[in-house]
Amino acid sequence: MSDGKLVGIVLVSHSAAVAASVAELAQGLAGVGGAVPVAPAGGTEGGGLGTSAELIAAAAASVDRGAGVAVLTDLGSAVLTVKALLAEGDELPERTRLVDAPFVEGAVAAVVTAATGADLAAVEAAAVEAYTYRKV
Amino acid sequence: MLDADFFRRWMTATATSVDREAERLTALDSPIGDADHGSNLQRGFRAVKDALDKEPPTTPGAVLTQAGRLLISTVGGASGPLYGTLLRRTGKALGDAAEVDGRQLAEALRAGVDAVRQLGGAAPGDKTMIDALVPAVDALGDSFAAARDAAEEGAVATTPLRARKGRASYLGERSIGHQDPGATSAALLIAGLVEAGGE
Repeated sequence: MSDGKLVGIVLVSHSAAVAASVAELAQGLAGVGGAVPVAPAGGTEGGGLGTSAELIAAAAASVDRGAGVAVLTDLGSAVLTVKALLAEGDELPERTRLVDAPFVEGAVAAVVTAATGADLAAVEAAAVEAYTYRKV
Repeated sequence: MLDADFFRRWMTATATSVDREAERLTALDSPIGDADHGSNLQRGFRAVKDALDKEPPTTPGAVLTQAGRLLISTVGGASGPLYGTLLRRTGKALGDAAEVDGRQLAEALRAGVDAVRQLGGAAPGDKTMIDALVPAVDALGDSFAAARDAAEEGAVATTPLRARKGRASYLGERSIGHQDPGATSAALLIAGLVEAGGE
């Protein structure tokens, strides 16, 4: 547990609409009235498809409550940009982690788990575990 | 010896060649990518050139770390973090020295290329920028011109390869027969060394 502070979740997609919708979906399914800080970082600053380091850094800062930040991404440049920002060292809040998880299912698992007051490692584990849920 | 102004000229020369070749890079990115490589890199290197012109850092390492940081924040595609990491890690490896020699540059650039390989997970032969950068770094001990030629040969040699990284890898066999845009732009970056050195 983490002193009542909730882990923040950042959702990075090439598309602003996808990031915002998945954030809405995860919070809706978590059914906790938006207690978990979740921020979408989708598309470029100009509103196009792509990845914006600035939007990611701003989203991470906005959800940081001191319990760590879990970042979920879709693919390609979203993954690479978060990794590059983490390697930079000072662009993202302390205890920010890139979580290797499916975007939609992982986001739901992360938000639901974070809502229980779980720590960053538990939120990450729940999101990663979403990979093992087979549909057929 | 190579001073901060050499490194500023290197970045400026790259910005100029990326401007000149942007349409070709985007055309190469059309059949196997999402047709934005030229415009993305153009935006990034223009930002680099503007920042360096406005307030040039005083050490070689600082020029490259600033350029790398700007590429990560302005490009908007995968080439941003990849080139950004390349330049930033190379810059960090150069440290605070006011001047460096060619051997130090070669060693630092190798560290930068290793960081790109770690970030993207690409190995030589995967049809990526690595296919131009690795031979370039290997040849850098001889001369900038040798590195430029090795990078260009490496870029051309990506044509028959099947992509194993990035968006082009989704195309499987259909990625064969196209020169890789990332390897092509990497060759432009290495060619910038020749121009900066006045060779």
